[in-house]
Amino acid sequence: MTFSIYDFTPFIQSIDKLLYDLMPPFWAILVEMTIIGLAFLIFYALVGLFLVYAERKVCAFMQNRVGPNRVGLYGIFQTIADFIKLLMKELIMIKNSDKLLFNLAPFIVIIASFMAIAAIPFAKGLHAIDFDIGIMYVIAVSSLGVVGILLAGWSSNNKYSLVGAMRSGAQIISYELSVGLSLLTIIILAGTMQFSQIVDGQANGWFIFKGHIPAFIAFVLFLIASTAETNRGPFDLAEAESELTAGFHTEYSGIKFAFFFLAEYMNMFIVASIAATVFLGGWMPFHVGGWAGFNDIMDWIPPFVWYIGKTGFVIFLMMWFKWTFPRLRIDQLLTLEWKYLLPINLVNILIMAFIVLMGWHF
Amino acid sequence: MNSFFKYFSEIFTGVRSLLVGMTVTGKYFFSPGAIVTEQYPENRKTLKMFDRFKGEIIMPHDANNQHRCTGCGICETNCPNGSIEVIPVRVDSPEGKKVRIIDKHIYHLSMCTFCGLCVKTCPSDALAFGQEFEHAVFDRAKLTKVLNNPGSSIIKGIE
Repeated sequence: MTFSIYDFTPFIQSIDKLLYDLMPPFWAILVEMTIIGLAFLIFYALVGLFLVYAERKVCAFMQNRVGPNRVGLYGIFQTIADFIKLLMKELIMIKNSDKLLFNLAPFIVIIASFMAIAAIPFAKGLHAIDFDIGIMYVIAVSSLGVVGILLAGWSSNNKYSLVGAMRSGAQIISYELSVGLSLLTIIILAGTMQFSQIVDGQANGWFIFKGHIPAFIAFVLFLIASTAETNRGPFDLAEAESELTAGFHTEYSGIKFAFFFLAEYMNMFIVASIAATVFLGGWMPFHVGGWAGFNDIMDWIPPFVWYIGKTGFVIFLMMWFKWTFPRLRIDQLLTLEWKYLLPINLVNILIMAFIVLMGWHF
Repeated sequence: MNSFFKYFSEIFTGVRSLLVGMTVTGKYFFSPGAIVTEQYPENRKTLKMFDRFKGEIIMPHDANNQHRCTGCGICETNCPNGSIEVIPVRVDSPEGKKVRIIDKHIYHLSMCTFCGLCVKTCPSDALAFGQEFEHAVFDRAKLTKVLNNPGSSIIKGIE
């Protein structure tokens, strides 16, 4: 068994071969799926805890505060303490709520984000499932989350929850378009929807550089639209704590609330991963043509470090948005999408198609 | 055509103003020196309250144990929740006249809302805000304070 941090393919294949040698194919597949599921569960817990901590620290520094600094050194165990508190909280049942949907909603939200993360390539060979229509799959499953949000708002039997959920529905239906179209811009350039091939296509230059200005515009549009799609930042109308107490999750407590909370942060992580993979080269190192020594140093940095770094950069940008901009009104939100983002996106696709047709990209 | 230019100028001014906002928060993020939070229990030794801090009411005394309070009772009248009691006495002055001075200026910290009306209305500037802010005690009686020192007298020329 060979293990390398630069290419996980032989390692994964050797495990696969070992399992198939040991047991019949059905059980081998089952064991593989269990291993991957467990790995993602642990990954979820770690990333969720870290992102909540990072968000609180970033927010604090942007507001000239210190942030959590009591539990552990620099407060690193604060989110773990919060999580333990959430686990021990009472699960309050609402009297006139729709019990089944009320209990189902947090799981739909978390399952939607769980499905989306399966298609993300973390490093070479470190990829749960490599669909040949990866981007379309991710767009499709990531918009399932809104079903959970709508159910949560409807079944809570609470006007704030319902208003929050309806806003969220209107918002995601609108911004799905921009997310899809901005990714389509890059699909035209890449010529494929498979994540592994998209990453491979960026070996000699990330798409944000390859595609010139249209790719950059698409990146900005994707950032705006995906921030809206995750109900974050200036687009958090679904929660709008100053108007709707907590929006769709007003009536939730304990671990069910924790699911919504975790799903919000994991969705942010997923869209940041997609942005990093599609626009910033995924786990591909940064190369400058002709600088052999520089490129060697960049190659020496392991792929998943590149991946984490790029994703972290995009996440930081999204946190920067959240703690800088004021929340949009619902009419401003829809104006932004239908009057600005969508027309710009359509023209942008046209320009990109023209550039690809003329072969002006490199 | 005019609306066409308006559309694009709106986009550019919008993006510009967003970037201005992001520069401000970005500057704060990358300058840890700008943090204003006091690390309270740790910096207890060095913590100095700011000049305009509205703390407990004190009556400053000078080196001769003399204060500026005439015992007029304006602070007592102005106090919205009765935290101040001025107990005056009439004594004979050296010139043989009866004058009113304070026996005790009692201040109930437990009832004070730190509105500062007493300090503001005192005609002879006898009261001031103290810098002390750790007021937790185990006995409620300790929150009732006599502001004038024992044996103190008024500075000549105030009355």
